Amino acid sequence: MLWAVLLGFILAIAAPAAHRVLGRASGWVLGALPAGLFIYFLRELAAIQGGGHRVVSHGWVPSLGVELSFLVDGLSLLFALMITGTGALVVVYSGRYLAGHRHLGRFYAYLLMFMASMLGIVLANNIISLFIFWELTSFSSYLLIGFKHDEQRSRQAARMALLVTGLGGLALMAGLLLMGQVGGSLELSELLGRGEELRAHGLYGAILVLVVLGAFTKSAQFPFHFWLPNAMEAPTPVSAYLHSATMVKAGIYLLARLSPALGGTQAWMAILTATGALTMVLGAWLAIQQVDLKRLLAYSTLAVLGLLTMLLGLGVEAAVKAAVLYLLVHSLYKGALFLISGNVDHATGSRDAGELRGLRRAMPWTCGAALLAGLSMAGLPPFFGFIGKESFYAAVMNAPAQAGLLVVLAVVSMTLMFVVAGVVGFRIFMGPVTGGAARAHEAPRAMWVAPVLLGLLGLLFGLFPGPVERGLLAPAAAAVLGHPDVPVPLDLALFHGLNWELALSVLTVAAGIVLYRSWDRVRAAIGVLERLHRHGPARWYEWALQALDKVARVQTLLLQCGSLPVYVQIVLIVGIVAIGVTWGAPINTLDLTGWRDVRLYEFMIVLVMVLATCEIIRTRSRLTAIISLGVVGYCIALIFQFYGAPDLAVTQFAIETLSVVLFVLVLYRLPRFARLTAGVRRGWDALVAVSFGALMTGLLLTSASKESDSHLSRYFAQNSVAEAKGHNIVNVILVDFRALDTLGEITVLAVAAIGVFALLKLRLEKARRRCPPNAADSAMD
Amino acid sequence: MHSVILYTATRYMLPLLVLVSFFLLLRGHNEPGGGFVGGLVAATSFTLYALAHNVAKARRALRIDPRTLIAVGLATAFVSGLPALLRGEPFMTGQWTAFELPVLGKLGTPLLFDAGVYQLVIGISMMIIFALAEED
Repeated sequence: MLWAVLLGFILAIAAPAAHRVLGRASGWVLGALPAGLFIYFLRELAAIQGGGHRVVSHGWVPSLGVELSFLVDGLSLLFALMITGTGALVVVYSGRYLAGHRHLGRFYAYLLMFMASMLGIVLANNIISLFIFWELTSFSSYLLIGFKHDEQRSRQAARMALLVTGLGGLALMAGLLLMGQVGGSLELSELLGRGEELRAHGLYGAILVLVVLGAFTKSAQFPFHFWLPNAMEAPTPVSAYLHSATMVKAGIYLLARLSPALGGTQAWMAILTATGALTMVLGAWLAIQQVDLKRLLAYSTLAVLGLLTMLLGLGVEAAVKAAVLYLLVHSLYKGALFLISGNVDHATGSRDAGELRGLRRAMPWTCGAALLAGLSMAGLPPFFGFIGKESFYAAVMNAPAQAGLLVVLAVVSMTLMFVVAGVVGFRIFMGPVTGGAARAHEAPRAMWVAPVLLGLLGLLFGLFPGPVERGLLAPAAAAVLGHPDVPVPLDLALFHGLNWELALSVLTVAAGIVLYRSWDRVRAAIGVLERLHRHGPARWYEWALQALDKVARVQTLLLQCGSLPVYVQIVLIVGIVAIGVTWGAPINTLDLTGWRDVRLYEFMIVLVMVLATCEIIRTRSRLTAIISLGVVGYCIALIFQFYGAPDLAVTQFAIETLSVVLFVLVLYRLPRFARLTAGVRRGWDALVAVSFGALMTGLLLTSASKESDSHLSRYFAQNSVAEAKGHNIVNVILVDFRALDTLGEITVLAVAAIGVFALLKLRLEKARRRCPPNAADSAMD
Repeated sequence: MHSVILYTATRYMLPLLVLVSFFLLLRGHNEPGGGFVGGLVAATSFTLYALAHNVAKARRALRIDPRTLIAVGLATAFVSGLPALLRGEPFMTGQWTAFELPVLGKLGTPLLFDAGVYQLVIGISMMIIFALAEED
């Protein structure tokens, strides 16, 4: 199980090289990994038939309770199968869609990394590892959406998706940690059984809001929905994969996974149902106003995400069944339709559904796939979508509250979705050949296999829902309902007799056909309302970004004015205030008796230091100042030596020597020595300096007069030779006991040095540009 | 800077100082010293050399690009933690040879770690100092 998740990451690293070696066949070969994983998960599915779940655990940071543990049950396998199945098809598809693109290898790497992170989310049992994988999907989707990084729109869309989902991720982290605290475990398998405790706890409200924020941003629920349509800047395979089948469903997965722990309360129902219903209607309503094929699909995806959230909010058995069913239905048809829009774009160079017509002759396979997927989306028998829609209606009619209103909203959304299905799956292929359709040609095989396969599955599952229901959906529904070991039969069939669901279906189809026929007119009529949308959340997002910019600019001007003295002053004053306020030791408790033991030569050294310091302040020669500073440094080294810290002394000597040499090196390049301040300003500087010095002295005296807890130093002294075979305790601590700290420090040091180097080089470049090389040459002559 | 004394002295002092820095590195485990101080001493000697002669000569005397030294040093320090993993112990647990060498005593991964620090300190100091000195 560990390898199933990690293999994706490993292959992601190898993908660019593999692509270089394999060339055109790379898509087929790299697609083998997700395909293999798909088979692996099918076998796992067979293992949990008849109920049961499995927890596989590997220690990661055991001291913090962070485990790399995986929870295998119906729900995680439903998602894992969708991720790997669609993943395989999308990888193969991308191999041709982006054939010849110079960054195709990189694209594979991002895609596989995303797939592995997504698998991590749905399989993780530990909420910390779940969160890490969650963030990894945000990160890899950022790379994927911004894949065309030389286009500004792509970059903006990528940043938008990252910021929105990233902010949600922060909320989620807080929510998960709170949940872990309250529930007393970081393992999902434990937490899910403690729903009663969690819901009764005082922090339940906070947990719910934070977790829901994370899920809503990821799954693009209102008011965070705006990033999803913008993310359509991504290459089409990305949209097909991330924005229909996988990433946007991560939020849905989280809600479904946690519903045994957090679900069932009034608040849960109210938030999820209301937001879901709103997003559903809004998405469907905005969808039919679009003419761009991908945006049509993106908004209808919003509608489905709303639908799923709403169903999970209702939380009753019928609703949960409908949710897992529609999840699968949607992945099949929406993945296919996205790929089809990619084919159309690829063949005609256009995605304008208002203009394109009559593609059926030029693109027979794509057209066939579109019909299959479109009919499923429209919810017509005998397709899987029909069963999904019936089940959805049944769930809404049995809603515990507001059933009447929800039924109306459901029928309206489904009617609008019917129109979208008609446009994408039917309209552009039928009728007379117009627009770019004249130039169209069929897509290569690798590009129509995937949509045809997905479309056929939609038909197959519709005709024979039995196996997929018993094998996959029943265990998944059981997991969402909180008893993974007892499968919940869904009782799927194309015909349940004459009932209300069927009547609503007929109504939907009739209204849908009417609306579809007048799509052009409807679009023109409601285009007026577009202005309203312009003031929607996308506007708020832009406003927030601009405000952030402004705050950053003001703050930078205030704190980072470029003057070193000001920086030092800010640091010192903050130090004085922060330490002075919290430092409560009264002066009279200080142990000042130690000065009686001071020897004469120690006193002399201090005297030299004081004199040297006075000289630094007084002198008007830079060289004198540097040397005096060096004198102070060497005196400190001597004091270290006298008080039994030879290591510190040696280091101090070396550092002092190096800095004096360094100063001499740059001495000639510094501007003329000048007094920058005078009068009151100089007095103020002196005050700050003296206060800071006094504060440090006080602190040292305080720490010296307190009994220090020395069991650490005792430990090091006793074990230095025994455990680390070294007599120099300081060095043993640095390179053995605390070697990991040192490793971290030297890494920081290296990074900082690279920064310094870059800054120096930057100045060099600037200087060179100001003074062109030939001019410099002639000057030298 | 053209000073005959400094010019001649640094030619003989450079190898001596580098030897001292090695000495500091090797004795660090039992006596005052260690990779950090050793690295600083070596860096000072090369800086002095650059000051007396010129940066190009100092670069040649160093032989290795400072940036490479940084990378190699960091890698050495990291790799020194790996042998422990082979024995199933936590990362960075010190591993020691069974035999003893005449001067050095037992060899162990902490010395390797310290050698990494040593290279890194030289690399960082030289990278920055050379860049500063080459600025004109």
